[in-house]
Amino acid sequence: MATTGLPTAPDVWRWLETVPDPEIPVVSLVDLGIIRDVEIADDAVVVTVTPTYSGCPATSVISLDIEARLKSEGVDKLRIERRLSPPWTTDWISQEGRLKLRAYGIAPPIDGTNADGFARRRAGALLGDNFVVACPKCNSNETTKISQFGSTPCKAHYRCKTCLEPFDYFKCI
Amino acid sequence: MSAAQAPAPQQALHEALLRIGDSTLILGHRVSEWCGHSPVLEEDIALANVALDLIGQTQLWLGLAGEVEGAGRSADALAYRRDAAQFRNLLIAERPNGDFGMTLMRQYLFDAYHMLLLQRLTASSDPRVAAIAAKAAKEVAYHLERSADLVVRLGDGTEESRRRMQTALDELWSYTGEFFIADAIDEAMADAAIMPHPASLKDAWLAEVSATLSEATLKVPASTYAHKGGRRGVHSEHLGHLLANMQFLQRAYPTAVW
Repeated sequence: MATTGLPTAPDVWRWLETVPDPEIPVVSLVDLGIIRDVEIADDAVVVTVTPTYSGCPATSVISLDIEARLKSEGVDKLRIERRLSPPWTTDWISQEGRLKLRAYGIAPPIDGTNADGFARRRAGALLGDNFVVACPKCNSNETTKISQFGSTPCKAHYRCKTCLEPFDYFKCI
Repeated sequence: MSAAQAPAPQQALHEALLRIGDSTLILGHRVSEWCGHSPVLEEDIALANVALDLIGQTQLWLGLAGEVEGAGRSADALAYRRDAAQFRNLLIAERPNGDFGMTLMRQYLFDAYHMLLLQRLTASSDPRVAAIAAKAAKEVAYHLERSADLVVRLGDGTEESRRRMQTALDELWSYTGEFFIADAIDEAMADAAIMPHPASLKDAWLAEVSATLSEATLKVPASTYAHKGGRRGVHSEHLGHLLANMQFLQRAYPTAVW
């Protein structure tokens, strides 16, 4: 039986916390920081979402998943809006999300190391990659970057020099 | 188009957005042609990721171009249902891939320009343009980091890799002048502070590119000749072949859905 009234915003947030990211199902959409706003408008629930990467193929699946989850709670009046600004940053991934990523085998992003055009690259050329990405499998700090581009747009490809395992690092943007 | 025939503001913005969105679309499609063919797996993945970013950005730019036009055309309609003469991309974007060195050099010359353009667009007086630019700039920073690193590694590499990179630079250099040539549409965008004047990007681009090419031990060609026309719809024969491939499905089955 569908409920006639609209839910409260905290209800919707709680439900969205159980919607997994389609490509990294260990974290929820809320953990990822891509749900920017939940508003209970006069006529509908409005969920505002920001994309991680502009070409991320998961974007349309994410909208479908939000719709399906809220429908299962009786919400049939839903609007999903896209917000581009401010652009998504890995700094918005929750602490809980970071722990889940690491437990899953993906090294979580290191704050403050997001790409910033020429400045970042020039600094990198002078200083090298002066931050350490610890291996999510054996915790060794002896790791090396294989490629800035990994299995999905949001990940870089690393290898651990201690346990020799390859792993994904959540790329900072 | 002479300055006396200044375009109407909305029409100028629509055209200017097509110039950006068509360049990212055509280059994105070109780069995607490498998928499954690159010399090593990591590069295959990197090329596919760069192509995906560019095509994602295209959806935003062409989406806005359609919105500004107000004729009900979506990003897909603009991408798949226009003919070559209606495309406004830079000619460098439609250049054939050639060898890996040619593809990389094309990417680097474009990335350096693209990064500068996006950085300036983040200060656009049109908040919609600024928002897309801020999003895209984060992605393009990684494109530029990769292409610059590889240009240096291969330029300052073996005799064979250096020869290929120099050949690529010599061939592509004459396609970079078009980045900085302005017409009435560019003037209108610059006057309204929506987009930077193309000529204002040149010094910074040349400084960046000269530094990297010098580190790569490559010689910047002396010629300043510039192929132009892409931004007003005059293209090389390569674009038609690319579109035949890219648009086939949507043209043959116009109502097809995924």
